[in-house]
Amino acid sequence: MRLLTVLRTPMGVVASIILVLVLLTAIVAPLLWNDAAEARNTANLNSGPSAEHPLGTDVLGRDLLLRTLVATRLTVLLALGATGVALGLGILFGAAPVLLGHRAGRLAVSAVNIAVAFPGLLLALVLALILGVGELSAMWAIGIAGAPSFARLCQTLVASVAERDYIAAARLAGKSRFRILLRHVLPNIAEPLIVNATIAAGAALLAFAGLSFLGLGVQSPSYDWGRMMMEGLDRIYLNPIAALAPGVAVVIAGLAFNLMGEALARSLSTPRIPVAWGMRPRRPYPQKAEERGDGEPADHLAGPGHADSSEPAGPAAYPEAVLTLRDLRVSLPGHLGCLTPVRGISLRIAPGEAVGIVGESGSGKSLTALAAAQLVEEPLAVRAATLKFCGADLMLRPQSTRDRSRYQRLLGRSLAVVFQDPMTSFNPTMRIGAQLVEGMRFHDGVERSWAQARAVDRLGAVGIEEPERRAAMYPHEFSGGMRQRAMIAMGLMGDPQLIIADEPTTALDVTVQKQVLELLDEVRSASSVALMLISHDIAVVRQVCDRIAVMYGGRIVEELPADRLAEQAQHPYTRALIAAVPDMNTDLDEPLATIPGRPVDLSQRSAGCPFAPRCPLATQRCHEQDPALIPAGDSGGAHRVACWHPVVDAGRAALAEADRSAGEPASAEGSELS
Amino acid sequence: MTELRIEKLTVRYGRGPSVHTAADEVSLTVPASQTLGLVGESGSGKSTVARAAAGLVSADSGTIKLGGKPLPRRGLRPVQMIFQDPRSSLDPRMSIGESIAECLPSRFSRSARRSEISRLLDMVHLDPTRRGARPPELSGGQLQRVAIARVLAARPAVVVADEITSALDVSVQGAVLNLVRELQTELGLSLLFISHNLAVVRYVASQVAVMRTGRILEAGPADQVFHRPQHSYTRQLLDAVPDTLRSTP
Amino acid sequence: MQNRWTAFALRRGTRLIISLWVLVSAAFLMIHLVPGDPVRAMLGPTAAPALVDQTRENLGLNDPLWEQYLRFLRGLFTGDLGTSITMGLPVSEVLAARLPNTLTLGLLGFVLAICLALPVGATIAVATRKGRRRGLELSFASTSVVVATIPDFLLGVALVAIFGVTLELLPVAWTGGAESYVLPVIALAAGPAAVLSRIVRVELLSTLDEDFVRTARAKRLSSRRIVLRHALPNAVTAALTLGGLMLGTLVASTVLVENVFAWPGLGSTVVGAILGRDYPLVQAIVLVYGTGVLLVNTLVDVVLALLDPRSTIGDQ
Ligand SMILES: Nc1ncnc2c1ncn2[C@@H]1O[C@H](COP(=O)(O)OP(=O)(O)O)[C@@H](O)[C@H]1O
Ligand code: SF4
Ligand SMILES: [Mg+2]
Repeated sequence: MRLLTVLRTPMGVVASIILVLVLLTAIVAPLLWNDAAEARNTANLNSGPSAEHPLGTDVLGRDLLLRTLVATRLTVLLALGATGVALGLGILFGAAPVLLGHRAGRLAVSAVNIAVAFPGLLLALVLALILGVGELSAMWAIGIAGAPSFARLCQTLVASVAERDYIAAARLAGKSRFRILLRHVLPNIAEPLIVNATIAAGAALLAFAGLSFLGLGVQSPSYDWGRMMMEGLDRIYLNPIAALAPGVAVVIAGLAFNLMGEALARSLSTPRIPVAWGMRPRRPYPQKAEERGDGEPADHLAGPGHADSSEPAGPAAYPEAVLTLRDLRVSLPGHLGCLTPVRGISLRIAPGEAVGIVGESGSGKSLTALAAAQLVEEPLAVRAATLKFCGADLMLRPQSTRDRSRYQRLLGRSLAVVFQDPMTSFNPTMRIGAQLVEGMRFHDGVERSWAQARAVDRLGAVGIEEPERRAAMYPHEFSGGMRQRAMIAMGLMGDPQLIIADEPTTALDVTVQKQVLELLDEVRSASSVALMLISHDIAVVRQVCDRIAVMYGGRIVEELPADRLAEQAQHPYTRALIAAVPDMNTDLDEPLATIPGRPVDLSQRSAGCPFAPRCPLATQRCHEQDPALIPAGDSGGAHRVACWHPVVDAGRAALAEADRSAGEPASAEGSELS
Repeated sequence: MTELRIEKLTVRYGRGPSVHTAADEVSLTVPASQTLGLVGESGSGKSTVARAAAGLVSADSGTIKLGGKPLPRRGLRPVQMIFQDPRSSLDPRMSIGESIAECLPSRFSRSARRSEISRLLDMVHLDPTRRGARPPELSGGQLQRVAIARVLAARPAVVVADEITSALDVSVQGAVLNLVRELQTELGLSLLFISHNLAVVRYVASQVAVMRTGRILEAGPADQVFHRPQHSYTRQLLDAVPDTLRSTP
Repeated sequence: MQNRWTAFALRRGTRLIISLWVLVSAAFLMIHLVPGDPVRAMLGPTAAPALVDQTRENLGLNDPLWEQYLRFLRGLFTGDLGTSITMGLPVSEVLAARLPNTLTLGLLGFVLAICLALPVGATIAVATRKGRRRGLELSFASTSVVVATIPDFLLGVALVAIFGVTLELLPVAWTGGAESYVLPVIALAAGPAAVLSRIVRVELLSTLDEDFVRTARAKRLSSRRIVLRHALPNAVTAALTLGGLMLGTLVASTVLVENVFAWPGLGSTVVGAILGRDYPLVQAIVLVYGTGVLLVNTLVDVVLALLDPRSTIGDQ
């Protein structure tokens, strides 16, 4: 069971030990000392600590230590009872939307919303008045008072599971609502519920102590810690221990539950709601921890990969490139070794040039872009033989703060970055205009009105209508395409030399995608800004770029002028990628070409060509030696490929294609399972 | 197989001033043993039509008839659906075998279930011995195959496939599309295939409908829609498709 | 624009009114839900039947229910809340004398909690980001759990024992002077401050991982500006949503703390009133507490709406 992993953390061990001790005391103490705790020592009323009574005695001369220990059972039982009431009612109301359908469900949600706003204490007071003071009415009161927040928690958890498609699939399979609740919903929300119930038990314990302390909970002759504290408070001048000892017991028991909840939440990474009786999860519960490869010792991955120090290709004619990367590496140090998602990228981008980077997800495109833009954050680490932008060597650590701010200013003004998801890339609480002018005002200290005018001008330049009005709007009032335009406008505020666009159109519709690509192209030709365009879609990249770099397993496997892509691509992966994408001319009578196997798993890389396990042309050599990225025969350096057996002549190409379709379709991807 | 006929389907979300008409008098027919492709941008209402066709959302007006009869409201549904995100469409706490078993008609005996699950996994080119695997152990492409196997388990009259390749990498997309085409012809499935990608739809569908802001703008044989589009929006969509990559033969 | 705010005000206003109505009705029904005879329960089994009848008459319990309900509502609007049975004074007078003391105590505690939690939570978040300074993170996590676990009244008793009884630095109970506020306000604020600072930390951490923070970094702003201008406002909205709920806890705390420090507020009154079954007084105090919490929750929503323009669109 996953819950037991908690025992592997120090906090979990501490919490478990305390919890076990508390529970043991609750079971054992009343059996052993019940009578002794009631024994009155009339010679010794209200005494302070002594050898006979380590904590002193109470008004009737009873031993306080024994009474504190014996009271554990009642205190813990009442707390657990109240938690049970809260949890039961909470699940009942929380599951209402699933069980009763939409309309009744909405009613339950509103009821909970209103109930959650009332302080639980009021309810406890009201119930104490109605039912009379006593431990049972206090238990119900605390339970009921905790129920709304549990219901809210359940509702949120249930809602996040209910919108999952497997619930819809179960409905299509004809399963009843009750069965869906039991089979699919509850198992998937059990973990956060357990975590929060543990924390809630701690909170209930404290709440109960409070009520008893006020005299509204446990009534004499029964006693719990809260009641003992109340009795002790009267004599705080005589024996402060009498009030504090049961208080310490409350804290220890409360800690046992709270620490346990905290430790559970940490090891399960569950959102927890620390508010005593106000629980509300922050976000939907993440379905399952990342299923990243379980991290074998992976030291060898950090290895040289390939000493690829050859000069990056690209028109050698220009004197100074906008961006020069040589042997760029991004690695992720971990306790089991070091993963290296980017392993030696060399690339040069000339002023005004558009270079595309394509590859499947996980091939390292985004990390390359972030590293080039100096936006990689810990724990990822960037290394490179050269990383130059506009002549500035970014691998040099700036010495002075002045140097530092000069670098920052250069990057802020001249390097524009456009991210994939326009929905989340703007600050939702700031107006678009303010976000546009911010960088410029920060770096150049220009006047607000001037900057504002420029922002409006830039918004107009990227084709946003009524730019003045739009600048005063918030991001959520923009459509996706417009936001991406605004993002590009933001990059144009300064004096951009390079735009790095990471999947800028992936989240957009085809027609909008076309417009945004055209805009990028326009911007580039109008102001001769260089462009680094990243996409998983090779067709998108080819539309806009002069040169294309194909990435696989953290390396560039082929780099070639865009116009050579269709006919002269030499790397088997590039060719397979081209063949696998259906387009408007695909032959409908043939099955689509596919690439067998699964994409590289970083934690399982071995020596040799990363594509070897999926490559139809792989030989022994491919499995043993990693090919270097070297100029392809006839291209004069503009075309580079990393492959032992590049597909050069048409004959080989045809052979490879035929080979691939012959194995189709049965063995294609299925073979990876056997 | 059976024909699915959707007539004047209207679905609204929300109430009062914030009401939103996601499907507006949509009429569509999925002919028996054929594939109808439905294209349109995100938010155009494709998924709403899909969910209504499967009986997952209730229509505000209009009728959905399967072989001339209304859709049944309980029991194993004759219209089954494959979803976009395979990670979300399989319960992470159930083995893939259990997920498939959930859709098997009740007439199967215990032992028959076992062999049927094997047969289905084999049909989608997955190793039957992996029936005990849980979804997190499988790749996206493999999960989508499991989802297809589960749908086939239900012996559906019609299958609705909603953007089933958009969450997959291109290298895997081809294999799933091949499988869909193969099964469609082999089993004579009636298929409602939804995608925003025109090239993908072109590859699997014989009939095509174009949707925008809740309405069907144009529908007809794939050849006609793609080569002689009637509606300006269809032309716009076709224009936006990136040029072909391969040299034309 | 205009429209959205009207819709928001309408929605939020409706919810407030419904909640108030639920509160008022619950307070009214309280007395009628007592099993058996509420007056007998109040006066005890030995009271003379004549006295019981007299009291019932005084409380108006012999009238039809709807008449009592109307009278109760009318009383609310005219400020006539009946007479306290245990104190023999008009309830409104009791409230007028004691509410201000509770209010100052609660507000001071609330303000102190927020003033502690925001900077502490934010600083810890920035310092422990991306798994840095694990030691600091662990000690913060454990300390805040421990502080949050110490019940406010126990903290109060401990503070009294140390600073009042042993060191004799500060008064052990209410004196009316400013120095008598120190201990109760600390006792009141410590727990909520611990809880709130954890929330602030978690929220700020998750905000710092958002895409728009990366956008801000791409503008090469200073990290100070990124945290203060971009991350914090977004984190605070989430923290406020949760923090609003803590108010209920804080109200409960004032009751306990008032009892520890013999504070002449509503909290020390209500316990006696419940034990003495002083129905009119309990009713009134429940109404005051409930209304206070509802109003502050509404206020929190309004502040949220001002901070985050999105939250006016959809509720929940
Ligand atoms: N912040 C990160 N921490 C750990 N691993 C990461 C991080 N970002 C990316 N990776 C890993 O690096 C690899 C490359 O990621 P990415 O550059 O995003 O690829 P792509 O853009 O091609 O999808 C992936 O395996 C991914 O899991
Ligand atoms: S080096 Fe070998 S395995 Fe790698 S792509 Fe070339 S032929 Fe295939
Ligand atoms: Mg990416």
